[in-house]
Amino acid sequence: MSGRVVILGGGTGGTLVANRLRRALPPGAAEITVIDRDDRHLYQPGLLFVPFGLTRVDQITRPRHRQLHHGITFVEATVDQVDLETNRVLLADGATVPYDVLVVASGAALLPEETEGLEALRRRDRVFTFYDPIGAAALAPALAGFDGGRLVLNVVDMPIKCPVAPLEFVFLADWYFRRRGIRELVDLVLVTPLDGAFTRPVASRMLGELLDRKGVELVTEFSTASVDEPDRRLHGYDGRTVPFDLAVVVPIHGGQPYVGRSAGLGDALGFVPTDRHTLQSTVRPNVFVIGDASDLPASKAGSVTHFEGTTLVENVRRFLAGEALASRFDGHANCFIEAGAGKALLIDFNYETEPLPGHYPLAIGLPLLRESRRNHLGKLLFQWVYWHVLLSGHEVPGISATMPLAGKWRVPAA
Amino acid sequence: MTTVTVSGAAVELDEAGFFQHPEQWQEAMAPEIAGREGVGELSERHWQIIRFMRQEYLTHGGAPSVRGLSKGSGVPIKELYQLFPKGPAKLAAKIAGVPKPVGCI
Repeated sequence: MSGRVVILGGGTGGTLVANRLRRALPPGAAEITVIDRDDRHLYQPGLLFVPFGLTRVDQITRPRHRQLHHGITFVEATVDQVDLETNRVLLADGATVPYDVLVVASGAALLPEETEGLEALRRRDRVFTFYDPIGAAALAPALAGFDGGRLVLNVVDMPIKCPVAPLEFVFLADWYFRRRGIRELVDLVLVTPLDGAFTRPVASRMLGELLDRKGVELVTEFSTASVDEPDRRLHGYDGRTVPFDLAVVVPIHGGQPYVGRSAGLGDALGFVPTDRHTLQSTVRPNVFVIGDASDLPASKAGSVTHFEGTTLVENVRRFLAGEALASRFDGHANCFIEAGAGKALLIDFNYETEPLPGHYPLAIGLPLLRESRRNHLGKLLFQWVYWHVLLSGHEVPGISATMPLAGKWRVPAA
Repeated sequence: MTTVTVSGAAVELDEAGFFQHPEQWQEAMAPEIAGREGVGELSERHWQIIRFMRQEYLTHGGAPSVRGLSKGSGVPIKELYQLFPKGPAKLAAKIAGVPKPVGCI
């Protein structure tokens, strides 16, 4: 049968799913349409490096339509809402796009308006974020002009995209101010709602030790009520305050606005309820979800999206063919953590297995949860792999969609 | 993991005091856990949160964060901190007998 597959979002997930589906389904078996509100595909992991002058936004942005293979229709339009009853996407310009299968791949949105005082982000004076291109670019001159004082990185609430990025930011800041020769004039503080440096015990302990070695103060279980720029303080709901001279804030994340406008599609935070192993939504059988837009208890990260792609494409194919779905996705995540000074750590984990030390089972044997030069080179190389291999929907050699247990050491958390 | 006695029944808690088996929990245990955690007398408003927390866990297999708790229950975050001063998500999860909210990763 022929099916109309409509993919909302032309980022990591939407692009790799479209390209893989185009190959998996014979011509004539499916019409594939990708809808996005703009034609700028941002390599999001690159944002981390922009404030430190290590890359620029234009170097990490490419046209979305150019990443999509022949035989895929790209529509540049804002989605007003999805009508689950009639299987149609309503666009802001009044047009409608009917679908047989909908793939929600529209990611997470930043919601600074949900935190009192975060309108300060627009002034770009003492409060910044590096989670969007404008913010990351504006932070570069602010850091360059920072000659000492308290630099506070504040994660307002979980979940966030790339949960290791705040750690990477303070590691890079440590290195950045060392190179400028003013590290002793800067207090680096990481303020997190978590009860440690990371969510899972072994990595939390080891990354906590690394923060300690780099002289970064860690403030835990801080639930941010407001950001007071004039008074230069973060206020917590529990009455604690954290003073700052420069605040770098990761705003609250939620689903895209159209999810909230679509009856029955999202949960209270705007994420789409999704089966954690099949990636079919639990709201309608013909709606599938990939990447940050889902409510899965997995990291909101490109690697997770990439690994989900294998299961999702197979299940869309099976759904169109009337076959039973495969329950294969295991929550696999795999992230390089940039540590500064040309080194990085690698973590690899899934729903069941927390990040552990050891090595990743590749011929070159990347060490896990340990700073190394090779991991840093891996992180740099990854941007090339992203544009040329991952988005095309090819397997990345040596990296499987399911998590390898080989090479991991079982160690106690305490 | 440790086994402790709550309201005369043996239950298994993790090292931080969260239930490992939500089915071992009974409503009658809530006041005793709340007392131990310094929450004090449970009001109807407390119960609204505790029931919501448990319902969310049983429906979705995970305990919500503070924001999820606030959006889902309709109780503002500020008030949640008045009800459960040391951390609404964690305390409500402990009292409702569900595992620790992971905050997502």
